[in-house]
Amino acid sequence: MPQNIPVEPVHVELGRRYRFAASHRLHSTQLSEEENCRIYGKCNNPYGHGHNYTVEVRFSGVIDPATGKIASLGDLDQFVNEKVIEPFDHRSLQDEVPAFRDTVPTTENLCIEIFQRLKSFPIAKLKAVRVEETSNNSFEYAGE
Amino acid sequence: MVYLTRKIEFAASHRYHNPKLSVEENRRIFGKCNNPHGHGHNYTLEVTIAGEPDPVTGMVLDLKDLKEILEREIMQRMDHRYLNLEVAELKDKIPTCENIACVIWNLLAPKIPQGHLHRVRLYESADLFADCYRNDASNDAKETA
Repeated sequence: MPQNIPVEPVHVELGRRYRFAASHRLHSTQLSEEENCRIYGKCNNPYGHGHNYTVEVRFSGVIDPATGKIASLGDLDQFVNEKVIEPFDHRSLQDEVPAFRDTVPTTENLCIEIFQRLKSFPIAKLKAVRVEETSNNSFEYAGE
Repeated sequence: MVYLTRKIEFAASHRYHNPKLSVEENRRIFGKCNNPHGHGHNYTLEVTIAGEPDPVTGMVLDLKDLKEILEREIMQRMDHRYLNLEVAELKDKIPTCENIACVIWNLLAPKIPQGHLHRVRLYESADLFADCYRNDASNDAKETA
């Protein structure tokens, strides 16, 4: 951090939640039909199934004294909508998102893919992506 | 290390307005939040204390004590208040989620008698929140990584 910028007394992160609905099928081309069926169970149904996903993103940065904010919500929402919500919402993940053509669209892998798509946000630093597949299952990725 | 979290809710009004900016700029930057009559939220505050459980009581910090600290420092100061005018610590600051969370951090950090304040998370709505942590070397390292 340059010398002329005062260090904030506390480390601040901005958190925002978004939602999208998508279908997926858990199926690995590296496994046999029987192994896929045994490992993924109902999630291996050839016709797929879907979830209402909640994506939580957390960004750190310096609070701009003029606006009181780390980043404008308008800018953040536009970025996340363009990078993640538009391409994922009401889609079949393995059929319509290139990253999942050869990668099983588990929510672990979804977290990593969303992190990769959002880490270039120019205004604040992406710290973590947490995805709730259902209200009972959630996954978090904070980069390597 | 054990982390203990207590949640409280308070309702308050605020307005985003920077007197150094023109009327048009304020409206463009802050949109509806610049409404001269203000607006309000139900804020949810989660306060996390980190520490080792006391060998005798088994507690990191007596929740009763934490409840009293939160009542005195936060509820009495912010609940059913107009944050811009009635909370001295927010004077000359835009009362965003980030700034309110920082003020809460600074109010609470010196008042925790056992363990230490680990995180302040303030929700302005279910989909928007700010987290505060101690700005220590590990966070600095993460920043520059």
